[in-house]
Amino acid sequence: MLQKNETAPDFQLYATPDQTFALHELRGKNVILAFYPADWSPVCGDQMSLYNEMLKIFRKYNAEVVGISVDGKWCHAAYRQARNLHFTLLADFEPKGEVARKYGVYDEKNGQCERALFVLDGNGIIQWSYLSPVGINPGADGILEALESITQKNNVYGSEVNTAG
Amino acid sequence: MAAKLTPPVNERDHIQGSSHAPLELVEYGDYQCPHCGAAHPVVKAIVKRFGKNLRFVFRNFPLAEVHQYAEAAAMAAEAAARQGMFWPMHDMIYEQQSRLNVGALLTFAEELDLDMVAFEHDLTNPSVAQKVEADFESGVRSGVNGTPSFFINGLKYNGGYDYDSLAGTLESLISERQHR
Repeated sequence: MLQKNETAPDFQLYATPDQTFALHELRGKNVILAFYPADWSPVCGDQMSLYNEMLKIFRKYNAEVVGISVDGKWCHAAYRQARNLHFTLLADFEPKGEVARKYGVYDEKNGQCERALFVLDGNGIIQWSYLSPVGINPGADGILEALESITQKNNVYGSEVNTAG
Repeated sequence: MAAKLTPPVNERDHIQGSSHAPLELVEYGDYQCPHCGAAHPVVKAIVKRFGKNLRFVFRNFPLAEVHQYAEAAAMAAEAAARQGMFWPMHDMIYEQQSRLNVGALLTFAEELDLDMVAFEHDLTNPSVAQKVEADFESGVRSGVNGTPSFFINGLKYNGGYDYDSLAGTLESLISERQHR
């Protein structure tokens, strides 16, 4: 599993049946990558529903959340609609699990993503990662702490630049 | 991960029971969540059983995208709080959860004899909404990952919310104290 200070590998996946999404499109923003095993399974439902309610909070930290599983793009479309999800779900579908493998969070045995979280800063550097037991919704306290420390670091950096200039 | 109640119970909270009680039970709940509805009578029984040894605190955690009336119900309870009637409204909503909608919330307020002009104003009052949002944000910071979530003496409780599990945990905390 990729760790803090490593560069998050770029990728391009389907976000909707006719649109792709590339990680580098979010450069300049903090990004939460939430790998999860499957649409529809009860714990994931809770986890994605929780993030869905938190979009306003994430926005305060200039952060976007993106969900990733091996489900296909039509499956994601149905799932997003059923759960009223207002954020992007990506289909790591072909070749199956390729992106999850790059991040070291593919579960070969079950053929699905692990339940894993990565928080990236605006330069695409991993600032925090967490592997959750597959049956447990990891919540969002760790994500918020990571976003807070990124924001603080940026503020310190910002003031140094100001002093120098 | 820490899973510590953040921030701790403070003057903005709705608190039942004595501030000197040795046990503190905090619930994060959603008024439309069926599991919270099921937990409601359990919590009532726990509050009764532990009496002056327990204080109970409720914080809002509405999953508004999943539950159509969760937000409105949370606003209604907070609006009632402005008239000193948080707990009666809280109980009424959970006891009549199956008929929850915006009309029902107004009926509840009438039944509780609230000042309806003030109540309806507060249902959309941004500062009331802010309280609900602050509760939600404190929940995610504290590691709430679904509803209901309980914290006992400031730490997340991961056991079941049936009467025996909750009462057993609280009981053992009391006897620990006595043996110290």
